[in-house]
Amino acid sequence: MAFTPLKEKYRNKIAEVTLGATADQGGTRTSTVTIGGEQALPFLHFEGELPNKPVVALEVWDIAPPEWNKCFDQYYGDVYNDPAAWAKKCVEEYGAEVICLRLKGADPDFGDKSPEDCVAALKAVLGAVGVPLIVLGCGKFEKDNAIFPAIAEAGEGENLLLGVAEQENYKTLTAAALGYKHAIIAQSPIDINIAKQLNILIGEMNFDTSRIVMDPTIAALGYGIEYGYSIMQRARFGALTGDKAMANPMIGNVGFEAWRAKEANASQDDFPNWGEQEARGIMWEATTAASLISAGLAIAVLRHPKTVELIKKNIADLMVPSSY
Amino acid sequence: MGLTGLQIFKLLPKTNCGECGVPTCMAFAMALANAKASLDQCPYVSDEAKEQLDAAAAPPIRKVTLGAGEFTRAMGDETELFRHDKRFFNETVVAVMVDDTEDVAAKAEAFDKKVYERVGLTFYTDALAIVNASGDAGKFKAAVEAAMGKTDRILVLCSEDADAMAAALDAAADRKPLICSATAANFDKMVELATSKGCPLAVKGADIAETVELAQKAAAAGAKDLVLDSGSRQPSQTVADLTQIRRNALKRTKGFGFPAMAVVTSEGDMDQVVEAVSYMSNYAALIALRADDDALLLPLLSWRQNLYTDPQKPIAVEPGLKEVGDVTPDSPVYTTTNFSLTYYIVEGEVEASKKPSYILAVDTDGISVLTGFAAGKFTGETIAAAIKETGLEDKVNHRNIVIPGGVAVISGKLEDASGWKALVGPREASGIPKFVRENF
Repeated sequence: MAFTPLKEKYRNKIAEVTLGATADQGGTRTSTVTIGGEQALPFLHFEGELPNKPVVALEVWDIAPPEWNKCFDQYYGDVYNDPAAWAKKCVEEYGAEVICLRLKGADPDFGDKSPEDCVAALKAVLGAVGVPLIVLGCGKFEKDNAIFPAIAEAGEGENLLLGVAEQENYKTLTAAALGYKHAIIAQSPIDINIAKQLNILIGEMNFDTSRIVMDPTIAALGYGIEYGYSIMQRARFGALTGDKAMANPMIGNVGFEAWRAKEANASQDDFPNWGEQEARGIMWEATTAASLISAGLAIAVLRHPKTVELIKKNIADLMVPSSY
Repeated sequence: MGLTGLQIFKLLPKTNCGECGVPTCMAFAMALANAKASLDQCPYVSDEAKEQLDAAAAPPIRKVTLGAGEFTRAMGDETELFRHDKRFFNETVVAVMVDDTEDVAAKAEAFDKKVYERVGLTFYTDALAIVNASGDAGKFKAAVEAAMGKTDRILVLCSEDADAMAAALDAAADRKPLICSATAANFDKMVELATSKGCPLAVKGADIAETVELAQKAAAAGAKDLVLDSGSRQPSQTVADLTQIRRNALKRTKGFGFPAMAVVTSEGDMDQVVEAVSYMSNYAALIALRADDDALLLPLLSWRQNLYTDPQKPIAVEPGLKEVGDVTPDSPVYTTTNFSLTYYIVEGEVEASKKPSYILAVDTDGISVLTGFAAGKFTGETIAAAIKETGLEDKVNHRNIVIPGGVAVISGKLEDASGWKALVGPREASGIPKFVRENF
């Protein structure tokens, strides 16, 4: 029997975003990463071109994280106080394709580091690794608006991915990214209309919207992941069927969310039926990542080295072309 | 889905006899189209018309039930491509594989203990899949019997040798196991076993086309409860096949209207679970894997629970006063809404604070704190009413209640309405342990 697959007809494709710049391109990265460009739903190769695979980033902080689970000590304990060494380890030993530098130390409640300190951390990490960088602020609007102009300037030419722009606070970051030609993360609070609106607002500042990476906000497995999952599926299907205002690749703070879950951290002594804590934590993170990757996630920001290995294999398996 | 009144009318006797209780056949057809009447009410409808109408009314994906007795699982009967369009209905059956060359009794005993509780829900691994790795019919039957002695959950019998399958079914047919699988090579015998024993049957072709061809043949031979295995053992192709099966089934392409299964092939246990997540996210109605570590299955089953929730319905817990730990009259009291996500996050953090406490879950129809506040369902008045209704005042010897930091503004009204003192807690539940260290 001959089988003719059912294919959706799409009219649009997802923006292709390149992160990082090599010496030829005006930066100092030894490699760049390109995401997006999809012309079909995730991993449905029979349906259309999927030119770029999703990638995994590892999170590096500019301060020793006060609340990470103890199980991370064996991997990062010796480098927690040295972002450059931490980043180097993530790339060289743990296979991170991108480094996500979180400037948590700038948070007034976590040391209130100055813009100069933040720039120093950025430069140290840029000097230590050759992969592209994501730079996240501390999450407090006022402080982030103070550090991002300096970060954007210091990273000129490096084609960073800066975040996050939110509906209530996008102008400073957008202007900084625009001025020094960086890409930008637009974060919306699990709301597809705000996601769309924010992309439009950023575009109205003359920022090239094809340089936006959307963060629809995800929750961890077991804590409302299905909301973000469905928003990502809706956004992707909407984008492919013609809504250009959502035709952007997506990023998710998987490690950050997954490792907040009780299930990732609770000891087996407290929950004897739940199995060993570290393996459970890894799988909590990996399951969060794999399910969202099925919905179209392009950058999974992770924490555990083993999760990187698992997710890279998952992506490689799913990027094998299928055919009929 | 379904036929219009006019299409149904063409299949009726058009005698307007009125015996169905409706004056004309046309009116009866309209009633049928709107599901306000049943075809049984017409004594004169032809068998041919009945078959056509039944076929049109049947769900696009057949509902196939595995197991017998207390522990059964339904597969299929799905109607959507995306959960956000409506919802997914029948949760993926997770089957843990064990070879008949292993100590099956021990494995089955361990399997039967796999029950996970989180956020007030209980998750089970549904099925034990016994694989005829020995190639020996006697060993296979003995393994199946050993498993039956240890677990009442569903059995999946994995052998392509019809004689081995016949031997195992001699012992296990009453349990309605899934026969896995009929292939081109063993087709007639396997279909015969499935129909004579009344067991569901998986059909596996070399590819999706052959699988569907076999399914049509099996259905024609009387085996209606089928599960499709496209034969792919490569994740990307399996995802493509699962998607094609779902799309074609919803379009009612012949031979596709059955639940589909996937077999995990990665080596590492963790890799297997990640692979299973990809299949679960892409329509698999049954997934067979070998990983059986609790730490790995809990996340997989949690994803299943999340994926199959009804997106239109906030999940609520029973409102009222909840006890966390061994409470005393001195225990602190928290309040939050009865949106399950919110409630269980708060409960988890209160538990983590290691301080036995009461949580007053106010009935907000299952919406979150800020939404409930905006909707007037989580206010000083509603909390005060809940304090009275639950008899909280007789349970504790103090009058302090911790409210979510996000609604600090309701403190005054709450204090006026209840006479209790409102303690403004953290904005995020994750701040509760710290709050407890500093305040209690």
